[in-house]
Amino acid sequence: MKKTLIIIKREYLSRVKKRSFIVMTILGPLLMAALMIVPYYIAKLDKEVKVIEVLDETGIYNNLGSNQTIKFNYINTDLETAIANFDESKSSALLYIPQPNLLEPTKAIIYYSDKQPGNTVTSYIEDKMKYIYENKKLIELYGIDKQKIDEAKVDITINSENIKTGEKNLPLATTLIGVFAGFLIYFSIFMYGNQVMRGVIEEKTSRIVEIIVSSVKPFQLLLGKIVGIALVGLTQFLLWIVLTLSIVTVFQLTVGHKDVVKTEQTQFTQQSNTLFPENTDTKPAQNSDNEMIQSVFQSIGNYNFTLIIASFFFFFLFGYLLYAALFAAIGSAVDNEADTQQFMLPITIPLILAFILAQPIIENPQGPIAFWFSIIPLTSPIVMMIRIPFGVPVLELILSMGILVLGFLACTWLAAKIYRTGILMYGKKISYRELWKWLKY
Amino acid sequence: MDLLETKNITKRYANHVALDDVSIKVPEQSIFGLLGPNGAGKTTLIRIINMISIPDVGEVLLHGEKLHKNLVERIGYLPEERGLYKKMKVGEQALYLAQLKGLSYSDAMKKLKFWFDRFELLGWWNRKVEELSKGMQQKIQFIVTVLHEPKLLIFDEPFSGFDPINASLIKEEILRLRDNGATILFSTHNMASVEELCDHIALINKSKKILEGKVSEIKYSYKTNVYQVEIAGYNKLLKDTLNHDFEVVAETHDEEVLKAQIKILNNKSTNELIQALMPYGNIHAVQEVIPTMNDIFIAKVNSDTPHLNSISNNLTE
Repeated sequence: MKKTLIIIKREYLSRVKKRSFIVMTILGPLLMAALMIVPYYIAKLDKEVKVIEVLDETGIYNNLGSNQTIKFNYINTDLETAIANFDESKSSALLYIPQPNLLEPTKAIIYYSDKQPGNTVTSYIEDKMKYIYENKKLIELYGIDKQKIDEAKVDITINSENIKTGEKNLPLATTLIGVFAGFLIYFSIFMYGNQVMRGVIEEKTSRIVEIIVSSVKPFQLLLGKIVGIALVGLTQFLLWIVLTLSIVTVFQLTVGHKDVVKTEQTQFTQQSNTLFPENTDTKPAQNSDNEMIQSVFQSIGNYNFTLIIASFFFFFLFGYLLYAALFAAIGSAVDNEADTQQFMLPITIPLILAFILAQPIIENPQGPIAFWFSIIPLTSPIVMMIRIPFGVPVLELILSMGILVLGFLACTWLAAKIYRTGILMYGKKISYRELWKWLKY
Repeated sequence: MDLLETKNITKRYANHVALDDVSIKVPEQSIFGLLGPNGAGKTTLIRIINMISIPDVGEVLLHGEKLHKNLVERIGYLPEERGLYKKMKVGEQALYLAQLKGLSYSDAMKKLKFWFDRFELLGWWNRKVEELSKGMQQKIQFIVTVLHEPKLLIFDEPFSGFDPINASLIKEEILRLRDNGATILFSTHNMASVEELCDHIALINKSKKILEGKVSEIKYSYKTNVYQVEIAGYNKLLKDTLNHDFEVVAETHDEEVLKAQIKILNNKSTNELIQALMPYGNIHAVQEVIPTMNDIFIAKVNSDTPHLNSISNNLTE
């Protein structure tokens, strides 16, 4: 036991002290915090109002409105004078709408000097022009005011609320949280599992293992390595969470919480407006859009983050332990990393499958696919994490956890048998049949 | 008393027999050389003694007790393809391995400082292993092997990769360890080191032990009654003139000195040889030719390999 601790200590310290670990640990939260903070500054930068000169030869587009960042200045000259005076006007762009031929005002040109107007600007103008022209057509051809059509439009959003607690959860936020957690587990199992495998191969090819097994049992060495690297993973996640939270907290204290959330919302709206410009057609739709985004942020408070984070650590730990044992078994069976390919497939298939299944599981988080794959221990760490934000019956969660622990014990038992034989064997190409023989020793 | 004994060890792999009924006895506080050509099975035997692989037949006794896992801790083992964690610092690594052998931190530290000082490695304590030369890495490996003062030390090819200075440093240490009470078993191709170090040897060829015993006795039993003589101011050559109790094996001469190798036949004594030589001139030297381990090794392995002989015969024909 004491020797296992010595091994754990070495495996842990030798990795934690590595430069790559330190860089990853610091860079991770910085990126995460940047994801939350940078949009705030970008939004702030964007607040600079752009004045756009409009030279409209058609005379139709005399009210393009305005918003926080775009203002229009209507001028009444010819194009040449407008271009000549452009520099003096201090406007950021010149919108030229030429006289239409055959009443087809499909053309408009934006002239700019130093900065090309962004997508937000052009799509805003396009939408406005579309709205105005459609309205004109409707009135002239059908005698209908477009406003009336807008008034007739209805918008229906389905909100889901927990019947017992009354918590509001939104499919979008739930999906994001679930998929993010699932992906993190998928990614870390591969990353830390690979570290275990490479460690085993290093010890095998350098024959360090032959010296070590004279003083400790192979199983102790295996256990020490797996646990040591598990602790590295846990340390990394803990530091990520703590660092991210503290950066964000410090930022919120200095700038103010509401401000951040609000800018994020507007940012969100702007982004979705750019992505789905048809939303901007109508005022009611835009309102509901805003509402939706607001409720995403509100609903974040409704998730049981203690449960999500606790289950994340549980499923990461045992999912990793289960796969790490298998990775170690592979490492022990080969003489170099290139030979690992043939044995990697059975390990990667369930992991990738679990991730591919994310789509149907999100669509039906309580369905049979979701249920069975969150019970099978090879896929449950990922699938269960995707499901948890949607709410999973406690009994199912306990069942899944229990079976995962059993699966981990079984896998470690099998892997230890392969490891014990493989780690001391060399100069031999190993086939699946050979592995099967080792299992039966 | 024998410290280590292997009894009828047989180890088979899928296509070939690696060891065939090999028994050796390693007396306590001796240096035992395990000799044999490449691929003879030396490393397999060493791995079996270290319980790294398991024999199909036979057993290993340590102090007359059947070897088991806990006893292996009393063995210090230096594998042939030795390795260390390349990215780890030298000192940390030596401490780690020493602690795994059961030494406490402070004990390990004290002993390591002593050995590092002895091998002039102290300046390398905080360097990474990969920055060290191969010879230095081997010295560190050697230190780690002997540090916990095991009763039995097993070295697989301990001199490969060392320059002559470091090789003789290691030789001195091996002798000193023996004098301090350790028993040493090592495998080698380096016959000079066998002459210098070994008390006992075993020769393995093609999975079988073909020779074992005390080095002095083996050499004695392999001597061929050949004497090297030197005669100054000779008046005639030996060949065809010496009487038939002696056979001139080889003869060379310059203007002053005649050198020859003479085999004594018919149970004659050395004195009779000297008497027979006196008429030829001034005898400067008469010395029995004792075969080197190198000669014995080559002779033994070749005679054990009829296949090779037949090939060379075919070639000469």
